[in-house]
Amino acid sequence: MGEKGVRAISAWEGPLLRAALLDSVRKLDPRLLVRNPVMFVVEVGSVLTTLLWVRDLAAPSAGAAPPWFAGQVALWLWFTVLFANFAEALAEGRGKAQAAALRGLRKETVARRIVEGREERVAASSLRKDDIVVVETGQVIPGDGEVIEGIASVDESAMTGESAPVIRESGGDRSSVTGGTKVLSDRIVVRIGVNPGESFLDRMINLVEGAKRQKTPNEIALHVLLAGMTIIFLIACVTLVPFGMYSGLRLSVTVIVALLVCLIPTTIGGLISAIGIAGMDRLIRHNVIPTSGRAVEAAGDVDTILLDKTGTITLGNRMASEFLAAPGVRVEELADAAQLASLADETPEGRSIVVLAKERHGLRGRDLKQPEAHFVPFSAQTRMSGCDLDGRVIRKGAFDAIKRHVAALGGRVPGEVEQAVAAIAKTGGTPLAVSDGPRVLGVVHLKDIVKGGLKERFARFRAMGLRTVMITGDNPLTAAAIAAEAGVDDFLAEATPEMKLALIRGEQAQGKLVAMTGDGTNDAPALAQADVAIAMNTGTQAAKEAGNMVDLDSNPTKLLEVVEVGKQLLMTRGCLTTFSIANDVAKYFAILPAMFMAVFPQIAPLNVMRLASPQTAILSAVIFNALIIVLLIPLALRGVRYRPLGAAALLRRSLLIYGAGGVVAPFLGIKLIDVALSLVRPG
Amino acid sequence: MTANGWVQIFVFFAAVVVVTKPLGDFMYRVLEGGNHFLRRPLGWLERLVLRACRVDGREQSWQAYALGLLAFSAFTMIVTYAIQRLQHVLPFNPQGLPPVAAGCAFNTAASFTTNTNWQGYAGETTMSYLSQMAGLAWHNFISAAAGIAVAVALARGLTRRGEGQGPGAVGNLWVDLTRATVYILLPLSLAFALLFVSQGMIQNLSSYREVATLEGGKQVIAMGPVASQEVIKQLGTNGGGFFNANAAHPFENPNPLTNFLSMFLIFAIPAGLTWVFGRMARDQRQGWALFCAMGLLFFAGVMTVYWAETGGNPAVGAAHIDQGLGNMEGKEVRFGVASSALYATVTTDASCGAVNAMHDSFTPLGGLVLLFNIQLGEVVFGGVGAGLYGILVMAILSVFIAGLMVGRTPEYLGKKIETREVKLAMLYVLIFPLLILALAAWSAVAPYGRSSLANAGPHGLSEILYAFTSAAGNNGSAFAGLNANTPWYNVALGFTMLAGRFWMMVPALAIAGTLAGKKSAPPGAGTLPTTGPLFAGLLVGVILIVGALTFFPALSLSPIVEHFLAQAGRVF
Repeated sequence: MGEKGVRAISAWEGPLLRAALLDSVRKLDPRLLVRNPVMFVVEVGSVLTTLLWVRDLAAPSAGAAPPWFAGQVALWLWFTVLFANFAEALAEGRGKAQAAALRGLRKETVARRIVEGREERVAASSLRKDDIVVVETGQVIPGDGEVIEGIASVDESAMTGESAPVIRESGGDRSSVTGGTKVLSDRIVVRIGVNPGESFLDRMINLVEGAKRQKTPNEIALHVLLAGMTIIFLIACVTLVPFGMYSGLRLSVTVIVALLVCLIPTTIGGLISAIGIAGMDRLIRHNVIPTSGRAVEAAGDVDTILLDKTGTITLGNRMASEFLAAPGVRVEELADAAQLASLADETPEGRSIVVLAKERHGLRGRDLKQPEAHFVPFSAQTRMSGCDLDGRVIRKGAFDAIKRHVAALGGRVPGEVEQAVAAIAKTGGTPLAVSDGPRVLGVVHLKDIVKGGLKERFARFRAMGLRTVMITGDNPLTAAAIAAEAGVDDFLAEATPEMKLALIRGEQAQGKLVAMTGDGTNDAPALAQADVAIAMNTGTQAAKEAGNMVDLDSNPTKLLEVVEVGKQLLMTRGCLTTFSIANDVAKYFAILPAMFMAVFPQIAPLNVMRLASPQTAILSAVIFNALIIVLLIPLALRGVRYRPLGAAALLRRSLLIYGAGGVVAPFLGIKLIDVALSLVRPG
Repeated sequence: MTANGWVQIFVFFAAVVVVTKPLGDFMYRVLEGGNHFLRRPLGWLERLVLRACRVDGREQSWQAYALGLLAFSAFTMIVTYAIQRLQHVLPFNPQGLPPVAAGCAFNTAASFTTNTNWQGYAGETTMSYLSQMAGLAWHNFISAAAGIAVAVALARGLTRRGEGQGPGAVGNLWVDLTRATVYILLPLSLAFALLFVSQGMIQNLSSYREVATLEGGKQVIAMGPVASQEVIKQLGTNGGGFFNANAAHPFENPNPLTNFLSMFLIFAIPAGLTWVFGRMARDQRQGWALFCAMGLLFFAGVMTVYWAETGGNPAVGAAHIDQGLGNMEGKEVRFGVASSALYATVTTDASCGAVNAMHDSFTPLGGLVLLFNIQLGEVVFGGVGAGLYGILVMAILSVFIAGLMVGRTPEYLGKKIETREVKLAMLYVLIFPLLILALAAWSAVAPYGRSSLANAGPHGLSEILYAFTSAAGNNGSAFAGLNANTPWYNVALGFTMLAGRFWMMVPALAIAGTLAGKKSAPPGAGTLPTTGPLFAGLLVGVILIVGALTFFPALSLSPIVEHFLAQAGRVF
């Protein structure tokens, strides 16, 4: 999936970095920070230690910690908060830059509004829902809406990054247009669908900017866990003061705060919001715009994926693959008739018949401009098409339609043809019968072409524990054959919108989460019901409103990426939480012996890292605690790598890396910092 | 460490493994209203009780269940308080013992209501036979039944897939209490009481005997209905001794067989409940995963204690006294180090609190393990019922953290663990450090807290910490160097016991209620398996880390520093 257009912005570019640095200071505002209980506690601790340091500088007291030490602790506690703010600012910065680029599109355009048949020029920003506007070649569409008249090619590259123009026309599933895109040719009349400030562009800007970012359900649950742990450590640290008094130990507030900050889960607490923003951002870089963070999370939980057969599993169209002649009919005769019947047929199926006849039997497309040739287009009533030529009545169409057609002309269908039709249907193909007058010449085998590489993709889904269900209007036989070829787990044949909705509800009743893609208006109810619903950008306004994500590339197989981004988001949170908690073991071994050494020198064996002095020990732990946030920012922004393994294997792996690694890493890190510190401050 | 010692430990655990399935199967049938062999002979009793109490048997919401439990416990607590205060005018008081002092009576009533059986008094000189039987032993039954009730309610919440009566129904408290008492606790107690009497445990209502000793002196020997109380003390993980010396007293624990059976009874129901959970989850491996996590923690504990106690006391060693038998201070010579280490581990794992040796006299590391066993939240088999609901809450937390790591909203038995469950589980986990650390810290600096101490230095701190840990964990055993029969400790510990019981039961029931109403998703390849060694190991890790991170600072100033000081030759 390429990163296109306005969305390819690196987090580490100079101006973004500078803005993020500035933002991290601005975010020190306690009113902002209180949303994150863990970091708020750190800030309170920073203020407290700074005040104590200042007091000790002004009026040194006998028992106080040396000022260089207290000052350093205070300084690094501030850094801890700043680093966490920086992570968040950096994650937001990328979105803000994208939003700025998008906002450029919203430059004031003039709309040609039609009021009671007269045209008037108004500012695009003043358009309201249900206003009617005209847009012509070279003009920018002033707002989101639906084409109610005309057809035009539209350049949507500003939205999608896709430079090829798309066709927008009234009626059908290609009627929706987006404000800020440009009409390249022709003229359309658009009914505006949204009020000012609610347009797709506005929503996209809000979203990437994080302006309306709300904590997602899972994020809230994690915040509760972290807040609970913070309270536990608060109790453990505060009660240490009276326990110390009992033991004849005077523990300074600076040291207690240092211990507290090291123990509370600052690593995950500092990165949690950056992880959430970056997850959303990753999705946007896949050109999928979620309407809420909730949808991104839900994507990780999906159990069942509904995929439309056409366009998703198979190439949009069936292709002719074989001519099966009736007994007594030469294959060439059948191919010739089929080609004749298809020459005027501009559908891909029709064209594929012409091509097959040419390739297999050397029949070239003839000039059919002869006046006596009369073409009969396909109609829903007859379900046939063909041509009348030199008195011949050549038809091709669905088998039962041709059967009725020849019966009406007094012909009958040979049994062999019926068998061929059944055989084709059994393999998942579509039989197309061809007749010349009352004679059935044979059958053309139209085959669904399954897209390449899908089997591997579905295997990947399966490894992730997801079930894929193919939705198709085909009969069960055809559906089963294609399902087997594509490697989906299940299928729903002869599907109607109602059946689709019932299927989703059925899965949900079992406690499963369902994802689907859709573009048509008739998909809207199912999209609204599904837990993760991706509407194609080429789809109708109704579909886009019903879904909770919009895919700007209109690529239905992108569900896989969406699910992976969702899983990655949760995994990154889980892994960093584990890492954060595992870190505490080493911090205890660094700080506690240092605290008690003065009164109980016998406790020295607990100082397993052999840290140089009590002060450097505590300071090393605090510095490690701050630096680890910075070191993990890239991981938080990029996300933990997702591998399609089973849950057990994935857990074993994560526990090994982030659990065991989280125990070991700080022992090394703290020791290194301590060595460095004692070099700087000998003695 | 001797072969004999190891054989005792392994035979004991083998017996627990063997009983888990049959007892669990039986309890499952009893608690879920199925068919079982006692239904015919004892069904009349269940029906009689329920009809007399006008119980219609309809399932309740968690709120109604919890409210009923609180009201029931408050009522029974008042009855026990009243009996103690009025024992001088009530029958079965051959010694003519005076009424129990108000503070002590409150503390004792709280202690037995909460299944703690912390005893700030000496049984033989304080309690009349009526107080022992109607006030205390009665509570041993019903507080154990209450634990079982809450555990099955939480198990129902986790395992139900819409088959309860109405969404969010967790069962009927009165039915659960009655069934647990009538079919499980009473028959087992009766059978084992007879067995105990056959082994020399006393059971009478006589007045105390005065006997002439060989030296020609006189000694008063306390009597009483011991055997009947002894069984339920172990079976219900209550632990309150009839006599002050608890199970170190020959009338409470006459021989190695009764000693073995006592330990076996302590673990029997908690182990069986893991099987009940497996049955309810329709997957026995779910129960075994919990059992294995518990077993692992049990072995880690017992091995450390056995090792520490065998090592003896360096100060005694320095005095050239033979320590071939290990640290024998405070241990019954009849039982020795291995049996005492095993008993002490079992009783602290399971929130029982019965003792056959004095925990106060264990080596610092041995005592540290006993203290830490309780601080883990009494989930290593744990109290009757309390162990299961405790470990289920820990499992929910483990699932939450681990579930995120596999990239899904965490699920346990197909039920999504979301904000509300995490909030309640954290509330459950928070109460423990809040009670233990805050009150122990207060006692450590307040003059009325320190004046009760018989030992100075880190050991004194261990004694205070142990008292509040034991109270909050509803264990009831003590580091006896602390005189807890003072107004401060009677009230503070009484409050701690009540809070440690009910402030934890209510969140557990609330989790049961919210989970009962949730849809259950079938497991797939992407869901975290909650069976097998990986999950059991994870659960052990979470339990240990939560316990260690919470209590390590306090412990390092008490038993840990005491250990290092003892190595350097300083004892307290």
